[in-house]
Amino acid sequence: MTTTKPTLLLVGYGMVGHRFLEALADTGAAARYRVVVLAEEPRPAYDRVGLTSYFSGRSADDLLLAEEGFTDRHGFEVHLSSPAVSLDPAARTVTTAAGHTLSYDTLVLATGSYPFVPPVDGRDAEGCFVYRTIEDLQAIEAYSAGARVGAVVGGGLLGLEAAGALKGLGLETHVVEFAPRLMPVQVDDAGGAALRRTIESMGVVVHTGIGTKAITVAEGRAVGMSFTDDSELATDLVVFSAGVRPRDQLAREAGLTVGERGGIAIDEHCRTSDPHVFAIGECALAVDGRVYGLVAPGYEMAVSVAQQLAEQAAQPFTGADLSTKLKLLGVDVASFGDAFGSTPGSLDVVYSDSRSGVYKKLVVTGEGELLGGILVGDASAYATLRPLAGTGRPLPVPAESLVLPAGADTAVSLGSSALPDEAVVCSCNNVTKGTIRAAVTDHQCTTVPEVKKCTRAGTNCGSCVKLLGTIVADELEAGGVEVDRGLCPCFAHTRAELYEIVLVKRIPTHRQLLAEHGRAPEGSEGCEVCKPTVASIIASLAPELEASGHILDGEQSGLQDTNDHFLANLQKNGSYSVVPRIPGGEITPDKLIVIGEVAKEFGLYTKITGGQRIDLFGASVDQLPMIWSRLVAAGFESGHAYGKSLRTVKSCVGSTWCRYGVQDSVAMAIQLELRYRGLRSPHKLKSAVSGCARECAEARGKDFGVIATTNGWNLYVGGNGGATPRHADLLAQDLDDEQLVRLIDRFLMFYIRTADRLERTSTWLERIEGGLDHVREVVVEDSLGIAEELEALMARHIGDYQDEWAATLADPERMRRFVSFVNAPGVPDPSIRFVPERDQVKPDLVLLATEEQLLAALDPDNAPFPADRILEEAR
Amino acid sequence: MTITASATRVELLSPAGWSPVCDWDLLVPGRGVAVLLPDGRQAAVFRDGSDRIYAVDNRDPFTGAYVLSRGLIGSTADGRVYVASPLLKQRFDLLTGECLDDEDVRIAVHTARSA
Repeated sequence: MTTTKPTLLLVGYGMVGHRFLEALADTGAAARYRVVVLAEEPRPAYDRVGLTSYFSGRSADDLLLAEEGFTDRHGFEVHLSSPAVSLDPAARTVTTAAGHTLSYDTLVLATGSYPFVPPVDGRDAEGCFVYRTIEDLQAIEAYSAGARVGAVVGGGLLGLEAAGALKGLGLETHVVEFAPRLMPVQVDDAGGAALRRTIESMGVVVHTGIGTKAITVAEGRAVGMSFTDDSELATDLVVFSAGVRPRDQLAREAGLTVGERGGIAIDEHCRTSDPHVFAIGECALAVDGRVYGLVAPGYEMAVSVAQQLAEQAAQPFTGADLSTKLKLLGVDVASFGDAFGSTPGSLDVVYSDSRSGVYKKLVVTGEGELLGGILVGDASAYATLRPLAGTGRPLPVPAESLVLPAGADTAVSLGSSALPDEAVVCSCNNVTKGTIRAAVTDHQCTTVPEVKKCTRAGTNCGSCVKLLGTIVADELEAGGVEVDRGLCPCFAHTRAELYEIVLVKRIPTHRQLLAEHGRAPEGSEGCEVCKPTVASIIASLAPELEASGHILDGEQSGLQDTNDHFLANLQKNGSYSVVPRIPGGEITPDKLIVIGEVAKEFGLYTKITGGQRIDLFGASVDQLPMIWSRLVAAGFESGHAYGKSLRTVKSCVGSTWCRYGVQDSVAMAIQLELRYRGLRSPHKLKSAVSGCARECAEARGKDFGVIATTNGWNLYVGGNGGATPRHADLLAQDLDDEQLVRLIDRFLMFYIRTADRLERTSTWLERIEGGLDHVREVVVEDSLGIAEELEALMARHIGDYQDEWAATLADPERMRRFVSFVNAPGVPDPSIRFVPERDQVKPDLVLLATEEQLLAALDPDNAPFPADRILEEAR
Repeated sequence: MTITASATRVELLSPAGWSPVCDWDLLVPGRGVAVLLPDGRQAAVFRDGSDRIYAVDNRDPFTGAYVLSRGLIGSTADGRVYVASPLLKQRFDLLTGECLDDEDVRIAVHTARSA
């Protein structure tokens, strides 16, 4: 006998609807029901919180929440583009816009909210938009192509997101907020002022304390706005982002109880006035009289209903924490707990620095327990402070030390050990520290991605991921999990340990290090991993070890990867590329001409690099000395593009030319590039100097980045572009030239000393115990007492610097390697040939397809430099 | 094949007989050199840390580029000496030509001696 499963109908497939489906699957409720989903939008649920990232390159598909096959796997019937238009609670049916009527046994409304558009004249004109769906963004993007000025009505969270998007689309951007400050719900007056200053410095114009009276329309299009203070603004595009309202129409028309100011009334089990109907998320009016416009409370409701449908003990929903941490226009804004100090007897601890746009306020009780706070400009402490708010435990350190800026004498930050097990680490998914620890101890998770999958912590906004990593690492360590941290099969030590051994025992060769400290059998050759790594350590410490400062001398010559061995970059066809150093990206016309002449003479493909220099491709090994003797004669030196070493220090044009510049960024970039050139490190090092807060040099994407302030320089560390982009963290601010250089000296030497092989500063900073705070303690406050030693090591490196290419050209011994064939010096390598493309050359890969191809192509008429002939034919 | 060195010239066997490669001193321990063979093919000749010499094809079968002579040599825990391609780092046993990272791939081995 078969029984028909009851039908569970979900109306609304947004973020909360999707979380509900996940919870149905997790709790097993999915198996008890035939689950039908009606979605209004043409695509499944997507990350609406991350909507703005659509403008920074995430496609609509990237934003989707469900992994491939999710709905099929669980047998969910999803109908896209099928909005529900009426509900008949008596008959238990819902009718769609297309006229289909569906019966249900249980109905869950997750209809979300709609953007509130104030009832002003002209609001429907062409050029007026809201900011809610991917379609809205696509419409704004298309319209902005013909626009110059854009205005956002609403200076709250979404309004500032929208402003960021307009700015990113290249529009002159205005924000109009009715309240006297930005983000009136989350921050106080002083916080709003700090936020405003920073946002204005980015070129967004902020108007507060005025209301929009009307949109001026000409020929059906918006052309301007008029305000309550009778001022006007000419604009081509208006985005309304003045809050949202619950979409309760379906329930309201069906006679379910709704709130006076909207929202479907629910009890603490999310049940509406009809026992067969639940409402969750932004459409619901919770028992505390609030409609929650954040995703985290919606998720709690979704899980609660799923648990009830699975007949499990369900967590009632009585209200939620409104804590938020966001990055708006690049500015951190966080607000948590009792942010406005409404608890009787509460006290404030405030730090405010209008110059850097940092404002921090902690609300505490007289006994020193944390109640809440507001962080603007630097919200790095949010992840540890928020879980402590309201726990009733006194803070482990004085509150004032927690608001002081990085680099101040007594600034501290709390580690994960300060948190009790019941502290909520991930507020989006309500995951406690205890749950995360259990994932490691009870579920054998050993990595952050595993823990994220197991607990859902850190899968939404991501602000807790760093803290998550620390908790996981602490727990693994406490559990005694052993991992082979050895560099390679030859050494059981990490790179950092080998560095210490080499330094302390003054071991100048790989062979000696392998014999005395390796784990490989006697007579081992070492391997392709430890040889270059040890060579790099020896190069970094050469003056200390009294080893040769040239990487092609003695044993070092045999340890280098091919790039270092030929002082050039190996390309796919066996040819090399050449990059002369162009410090700070500044170059004279004469030097540019030399590069052009050399490229032309040797038939090299030329391309501008991302680091503001010029890469010359297609040189064979025997051409390298000829190319470099020309370059060295013209005053160029090695750019070390081939080394795990300092690459470039990019710069913007700075205060010399730019009307916004506040410091001479070019001079500083040149000074830094010349100071650290040739420095061998665990991985490549990139840097940049920006002359003002507009950050045109993209310094925060670099290993060490410098940004000018009116008071000097801010130093950022640990940034990265590439596959895992990371914004650099502020290490210290308002430094003079001397302080800046001293801190970079220490930072780089500390990194070289403690990083793993091929570990960029970004991963090193995330991995190293204590993270940024520890690095700051060591580098800025000298907590280990090694600052002087680090500076001395750097000073010796700088004193020992020589241009590797000039030194190579001067030494016949070093020059002997630059032949294609040891038995036929002067004969070019016949496998390196080129074909034309866009007026330049590219490798002839057909020649390399089989050995026969090469043999067939060998004929005695070959020109000594085949590229010449190719180019001639191309011309 | 390997022969422990005592003399000063390195030679390579090809169908045309033994042909000179270079002076022994030109070989850097742990590195290789490229040799142009009379028929236009290329070989890579290596010297290891114990002064043994090896010769294999210079062509990297994974990329087609003639670059194996520019790879670093290493040894496995059981003592097999190999060269790692400088392009994508696949390792080739210098005695057998076997690729240690892909059992379907093998490169030709040549015979070198010091005389």
